[in-house]
Amino acid sequence: MSIRFFSLACLLPLASFTLAFLALPLTRLVLGAASGDDGWGVYWQILQTPRYISALLQTIWISATVTVAALAISTTAALFLQRNRFPGRSLLLSVLTLPLAFPGVVVGFMIILLAGRQGLVNQLTPGHTVFAYSSFGLFLGYLYFSIPRVLLTVMAAAEKIDPALEEAARTLGAPAWRVTWDVLLPALRPALIAAGAIAFATAMGAFGTAFTLATDIDVLPMVIYTEFTLSANFAMASALSVVLGLVTWGLLLTARSLSGGTIAAGG
Amino acid sequence: MRIAKALQLTLTLLACAFLLVPTIQSVLAGVTANYFRGLSSGLTLKWVAEVWSLYSGSIFLSIGLALACLVVTTLIGVPAAYALARRPGRGSRVIEEFVSLPLAIPGLALALALLQLYGSLQGFRAHWSFILVGHVLYTLPFMLRAVLAVLAAIDLRSLEESAATLGAGPWRRFIDVVVPNALPGVLAGGLTVVTLSIGEFNLTWMLHTPFLKTLPVGLADSYASMRLEIASAYTLVFFVMIVPLLMAMQWASSRAQRMFR
Repeated sequence: MSIRFFSLACLLPLASFTLAFLALPLTRLVLGAASGDDGWGVYWQILQTPRYISALLQTIWISATVTVAALAISTTAALFLQRNRFPGRSLLLSVLTLPLAFPGVVVGFMIILLAGRQGLVNQLTPGHTVFAYSSFGLFLGYLYFSIPRVLLTVMAAAEKIDPALEEAARTLGAPAWRVTWDVLLPALRPALIAAGAIAFATAMGAFGTAFTLATDIDVLPMVIYTEFTLSANFAMASALSVVLGLVTWGLLLTARSLSGGTIAAGG
Repeated sequence: MRIAKALQLTLTLLACAFLLVPTIQSVLAGVTANYFRGLSSGLTLKWVAEVWSLYSGSIFLSIGLALACLVVTTLIGVPAAYALARRPGRGSRVIEEFVSLPLAIPGLALALALLQLYGSLQGFRAHWSFILVGHVLYTLPFMLRAVLAVLAAIDLRSLEESAATLGAGPWRRFIDVVVPNALPGVLAGGLTVVTLSIGEFNLTWMLHTPFLKTLPVGLADSYASMRLEIASAYTLVFFVMIVPLLMAMQWASSRAQRMFR
């Protein structure tokens, strides 16, 4: 048996699985989108239906605000944990990466415990303070699973920055904020773009959290879900999935070409 | 400088509190007799017992699926990673890229794609292997990449050449040289696969049937229809399973990275 033949045989299980359960189903999804009454016009239909457009805009808006917030919080925490060694540091780091393994539904439940009817905020404050099911609640849920993802990407990049750069800036008399602004942030720029793209794409596609919290909010994954299960509008559900998939895939491709890591868009 | 540091620490601690407080709440609520009255109503394991009687089937299904997923991803991923590592280049990059698509496309879209193609095959649609396909789809890239990273870092070619001069054929070299060298990657990838499979919801929610509810599907169910104490106790059970796995996964991944830097 030649080594060339053996290598090909090694790829065979992967090739058959991927063909049967990834390539063919995705092809079917794209074709299925055009199988309705409008054919390929289904994409034009999306643009003409105010409900889809507003869901799309709402999803983009929430994802964008979550991305900005997660970048701000996680970059601050990552830089702080990167340059300070103190007892309890690794504990803080574990806490900040804990939600990585939480499914979206669990994240949704965490927000219900914070801001639901029996939630902490409602118990501690006078009056009726329930915002788990509002867009702010959804924002908090998305933020919850975005913080660890952004933190890990930024920390990995911060580790690689040459400390000599910072020392040089300081010896030249730069105050701390200028060191951050002129040295650290430019050095972190690729990682920040990558982390931002990951956070944005993850939030765009998040289903579990929206499923738990967005009972009244139209975000794209929930619209796809209701089109498919309640309205049985398979062509539209497929077309919206194709749009969503292309957006998140494109973003993550950009992210990876900038950072080189392996990142999943779960949640 | 000192003020800036204090502000950074405060923000870091706030972020920690935001992530940690609800998990503690959920742990406490799961063992409190009446959450609305607070801890003074006493601690109890009755909610955990109730979760066990209601959902133990889901928990075992999830464990079984995760183990099956581990076996399948190992059998597919390790040989494939070897083949890709032997011939690094454009073709290998494209294959890796394509296999990794399920990381970039939302699970909901993948599930719709699977349902539209295979939904009408009743025997398959209603079988647990249909959910397994979804889990393998989502976790396979992690196994592939973990093993590939390890194999790319060692000098595979000269190791194999020495084995070949000693008369070992391709199959012997794979089993006796490649697999032992790939083990740290298989360990890291395997722990990731199991952790992700146990927590997978986005695909599973669409693929599951009323008779096949996995742990996270049961969680969604309990959040929607059970009292807060039961939902919390179930979440507590999930934490007890997932947190050690997450820690082992992070340990194995950083170990594999350290070994082959």
